[in-house]
Amino acid sequence: MSQTIETEKPLTLEVFTAGLWQENPVFVMMLGLCPTLAVTNTLENSLGMSAATLFVLVGSNALVSALRLVIPKQIRITAYIIIIATFVTIVDYLIQAFSLDLHNKLGAFIQLIVVNCLILGRAEAYASRNGFTKAVVSALGMGLGFTLALVALGSVRELLGAGQLLGYQIFSLNFEPWVVMILPPGGFIVLGSWLLLFNYFRQRKTENLLAVDSASHCTVKNN
Amino acid sequence: MANKNPKIDLRTSPYIRRAPTVAQIMRNVVYALIPLIIFATVHFGISALALIIVTTLSCVITEHLFCKLAHKPTTIKDFSAVITGILLSMTLPAGFPLWMGVVGGFVAIGLGKLLFGGLGFNVFNPALVGRAFLQAAFPVSITTWTPTHVADRFVDFIPSTLALPFMRPVDTTTWTSQVAIDGFSGATPLALMKFQGIITENSALFFGTVTGSIGETSSLLILICGAYLVFRNMLDWRIPVAVIIGTAIAAELFHAFNPQAPQALFMLLSGGLMFAAVFMASDMVASPVTPLGIFIFGLLVGFLTVTIRLYGALTEAVMYAILFANAATPLIESYTQPKIYGARKKPKS
Repeated sequence: MSQTIETEKPLTLEVFTAGLWQENPVFVMMLGLCPTLAVTNTLENSLGMSAATLFVLVGSNALVSALRLVIPKQIRITAYIIIIATFVTIVDYLIQAFSLDLHNKLGAFIQLIVVNCLILGRAEAYASRNGFTKAVVSALGMGLGFTLALVALGSVRELLGAGQLLGYQIFSLNFEPWVVMILPPGGFIVLGSWLLLFNYFRQRKTENLLAVDSASHCTVKNN
Repeated sequence: MANKNPKIDLRTSPYIRRAPTVAQIMRNVVYALIPLIIFATVHFGISALALIIVTTLSCVITEHLFCKLAHKPTTIKDFSAVITGILLSMTLPAGFPLWMGVVGGFVAIGLGKLLFGGLGFNVFNPALVGRAFLQAAFPVSITTWTPTHVADRFVDFIPSTLALPFMRPVDTTTWTSQVAIDGFSGATPLALMKFQGIITENSALFFGTVTGSIGETSSLLILICGAYLVFRNMLDWRIPVAVIIGTAIAAELFHAFNPQAPQALFMLLSGGLMFAAVFMASDMVASPVTPLGIFIFGLLVGFLTVTIRLYGALTEAVMYAILFANAATPLIESYTQPKIYGARKKPKS
């Protein structure tokens, strides 16, 4: 197979941290936005959704990576979908078994993990070209990055929308809830605000890097 | 000692008047709004005045901060933020908590205007973006109406006005029942029409003796202020006229099919329609500029307003109608480009 001839880079910490920060699936790659916007109205839903996604991501990436030499190139997408769907079915039943309440809240979005472009994208772009360990580590990083994003959204929305976190009252009972935060527009507003913050920091970082770069070339000018 | 080089600016004719700057136009809009502010203060008391001031300050400060963050010269001197603030507060009930007004001003300027690139780039009317956010965020406070002409209105605030930041405002029901002389039902003319089938007298709507949002009550005053702007050539008369015509046609159509639906005059004078037609729909950036486009825009606003008022869940609809029409503005403009004189049509290939 031509895919495996690629020079294998060694497993570094960066494989793991890439998904957390530099290539964060939601804040940088903008993948999997449908569940991100739809089920993050409370922190509980966010955690449930990201746990399900993390499980499916790690499981499917591991299997895709392990089977990458066997799957014919022509039908690889079909094969990936079947692998992903298997794990989604598992997680669907698992959540039903553990908490029917959470399952009802998440609704169709658990089944919709099958078509989450984050998972298929990682299978196609990473797991099918890398070894088992690297694929699993990367999937863990990506899944945790997704969790980070969903928790960031869910906590802000629940805190402002209900004054609670995980159902516990954080603000005093007199707190006026911002109803919009629980509604769909709140998802867009909060996601947009987080993206704004992330891009601001990343821009500043690159500016600093450039400044350091030019400073090393001509130290006089910068001071 | 006499100046040896006296500077005399000599120019030949024609003496063409310079077009007014953005700041000049905006300042004139503020002048046009002053009578409405005074009327609102007389009508609702110092709570209304405080809300107007606080919301406007919030808008101006937000604009200043965002400009500072972007390392750009501050744009608060062009008065557009002041207008957004006044317009936003004009669409709120008099007893609206001040801290919510601050939130609204922040959202209006931050989300509605500066994130799009500032004045001239905003797709939607910033004040209405702020109000739409407030409507979605605090649906109870924004529909809590208080009686007008309360005896102590120049001394005492409406209790809900002074709610602590992020805290729930106190319930105004008991206060309302204490101060209102005759049984105040807490409903605007539109709510009365919708839920009880009571049509308020047109004269009351025209002179503004009813309750409602701060600035929307007196259609007469709004029309006078709008006329001032039109005569100063700072407001395109077509926009309000188009909105009014659109609303009238739609209302009469619905009335013809369903006699229960109110007639055009009620639709025009009630709620925020007149205020929206004169001050909101005419947002220079977010409304079309082509003459035909303006009429399509107005008809769209009118039809949407009447339809939502009669069949929607909310009582007032002008805000959503205008936001929707703002979104359609680029499309309307691209279809109504005037023919350039002398230009030839592209031959079909």
